[in-house]
Formats: sequence, C-alpha cells, structure tokens
Amino acid sequence: MALKQTPSQTVGPFFAYGLTPEQYGYDLTSVADGAVRDDDTAGTHIRIEGRVLDGRGDVVSDAMIEIWQADAQGRYAHPDDPRGSNAGFTGFGRQGTGTDLQSRFRFDTVKPGVTEDGSAPHVSLIVFARGLPSHAYTRIYFADEAAANATDPVLSQVPAERRETLIAQRTDTSGVPTYRFDIHLQGDNETVFFDV
Amino acid sequence: MTSTPFRPRDWSSHPSFVDPRADGYRSSALRGPTKPLIPIRQSLSELTGPVYGHDSVGELDGDLTRNGRRNGEPLGERIVVTGRVLDENGRPQPNTLIEIWQANAAGRYLHKVDQHDAPIDPNFFGGGRCITDSEGRYRFYSIKPGAYPWGNHPNAWRPNHIHFSLFGPAFATRLVTQMYFPGDPLLALDPIFTGIPEAARDRLVADFSIDVTEQDFALGYVFDIVLRGRGTTPMED
Repeated sequence: MALKQTPSQTVGPFFAYGLTPEQYGYDLTSVADGAVRDDDTAGTHIRIEGRVLDGRGDVVSDAMIEIWQADAQGRYAHPDDPRGSNAGFTGFGRQGTGTDLQSRFRFDTVKPGVTEDGSAPHVSLIVFARGLPSHAYTRIYFADEAAANATDPVLSQVPAERRETLIAQRTDTSGVPTYRFDIHLQGDNETVFFDV
Repeated sequence: MTSTPFRPRDWSSHPSFVDPRADGYRSSALRGPTKPLIPIRQSLSELTGPVYGHDSVGELDGDLTRNGRRNGEPLGERIVVTGRVLDENGRPQPNTLIEIWQANAAGRYLHKVDQHDAPIDPNFFGGGRCITDSEGRYRFYSIKPGAYPWGNHPNAWRPNHIHFSLFGPAFATRLVTQMYFPGDPLLALDPIFTGIPEAARDRLVADFSIDVTEQDFALGYVFDIVLRGRGTTPMED
C-alpha cells in the first residue's frame, strides 16, 4: 500500500448550492435529487421518507442524505454488475433536509430487487451533516419483507435488539407505498451504522 | 462474479465522529454516532456506485471565475487548482466526478443561511464541478476563498478552504473533504482541521506551485487526493 487515504471533513452547513442546488433553488444543475425514478421506470413505485435526529431528539435540518440501490430486478447501474443495468435508472439519489417544513428527506424510487442470493431487498444510505466530521453508512430494509430480512447476512450481524433501526415502516400516507425511515444519529435508538 | 473489496476506512486518517476534546468541534457532540460501527462484508451494494461521465460536466462548471458572472469579473485573487485522484495503491482514478463549493474572496457563502455580514459578490457563485481524465487529473479555476467567523467558540474563524466531494469507483470510496491553503495561521486554531489525526493533517493542505501558476492570470495550487484502494484478496461470491 503506497499511499495514505485523504482525510474526511464535514460537509458543513453550506453544501446546498454545490451539492443540491436545484432542490434549494440555486442556479446550477444538480447531478442527482430526490427523483430517483421517472414515471416509466419498471418496478413497484415507492417513496422513502424520513428525518435525521440528533442526540437530543431534535431534527437536523442541514443534513444531506444519499441513497444507492439496485433496480427492481436487483441490478446495479454499474459496470461491475455483470447482469447489466436497467437503462435510465441510475439508482442514485441525493436530498438535503433543509427544504421541507418538517426537515424530511424524500426519495421517489422503486422497490429494489434482490441483489444476491440470500440477501433481502435494501437501499444503501450515507448521512452527511454539519457536525459529522466523517460520513456514516447505513442500510434501509423494508418492514414488509420480514421473511427475507430474517435470512439477510448483513442484518444477521446486527444485534437483534438493534435491527429495528434499519427497518423502514410502511405508512402509505401519500397514495404511493411509502416507507418511513428516521435516522437517529445518537441515543437509545441510535441507528446502526456500518464500517463498510 | 469475483471482485476485490476495498481496504477499510483508515481511522488513523479520518476525524472521529464525536470530537473528544473539550475545545473541539462542538456540534459533533450531539451528532456523531457513539456506538461502534458494525463491520460488514462488502457486497455488490458497496462495490458499485453512481457512474458519471464527461457529459455530467457543463462547459463552465469547472471555471468558478466565469460561471457566476452577471456584469463583470468576480473580485479576489484568481487561482487554478489541479491534482490527481489516486487510490491507496497509487492507481489513477479516471472519470471521477469532483464537486466543489466555497466562500467568495470576502469569506461569504452565497448560501441563504450564511449570516456573516461580509459582502456577496454578484459575479461569483462559488459552486462547480469537474471530472478526472484518464490519468486521474482534474483542474478548476476559482477565486481564493476568504476566511470567515463561525460560532464554535469565541473569536472562531475558519481557515481559507474549498469543499470537495468525490465519488470514486464505488459507494465505499465516497469522500467529502476540504482543501486548505499553505501557511494559513488559522489552521492550527481550527477544530475541524485539527480534529484530523495529526499525522494526516498535511494531506489536506495544497501546495503552491509556480509551475501551475498561469502568467498574468492565476496562482497555482496542487492538491492530490487519495481514495480507498482495493485490497489484495478477491472476494468470491
């Protein structure tokens, strides 16, 4: 190993015009936003929404969430996925928590398929925020996939009493299947974060 | 398929989630996770990531001296920043999207929540992006950002810096960081910078280069970035 990793630094409070410009009304095109799918994307259309909470239970309104997921058939839009990808579905979304009155992030996407044998459908997620010197990785699993969740190799490594922090609950408040996923940065309910 | 996992995040290089120092980065106290990270085997979900090509970058995106102009030139010292994106194995990282954002020469961000009363520059936006070439090289033009005060402690000032966001080849190689300038007296006083383990701090300080400096136009800085590299053991699945 010849070189050392470049250190991480916080995304800070002023990321919006660089990273999520369109969402916040700045004059630069965004490379990604909360619309991960379009109307024609194959698969079950779903919404994922939630909030980020700090150690006091206060909502964090200057976090940025990124998600990365497979298409409805479990294929990643990346050359290392030998199955090829669903053209037009990038699987990548990015949202700041600073434009919604309740500080929610919201992704309109499709329910991901199974990416490899034995694993449950899931979405990879990164949290960035002012006050987070390094970013934090977690995963979203789905409450209505209980049988698959029970055998998932990653969930199995999580102590049983903490697994619930990774399971998005179905709420269906908006006309499309909606999954609620709150991220607790600290506290009794601290979300499980992974050393990826 | 066979693919090789990335080496772990090197926690002797990155700042910890919660700054343990009494005079440290205060807002990490309630925001940094406190329970140990749970290690997982990297699967396709971590070994892949969003792919961006040269069509993701517009003509002016890499020139912050021009992409915010309204009625003239932005104020301040023009700079050109270049460098290579490599992995830990020294391999160049081609086609990696780099997003940048920064304060203007007076230390003011365009961001609506920035309350610092330094002036906004009507001809400077402060955000842009570029992408690495086949040898991992990137380059952008900008204005040297000013220092600005913040509320971490009495008389706290952030050193001059440019925010960087990089993808690399996978979700596992994602990196958000900040580039600093050589010789800045505020570095030693900045808890965000000094929250990095001491041996790793210099990696975020760019080098001034007279060779990169463009005559009659812009001062040159070199900033190389090292992302996680793949280990030596292929993962079978």
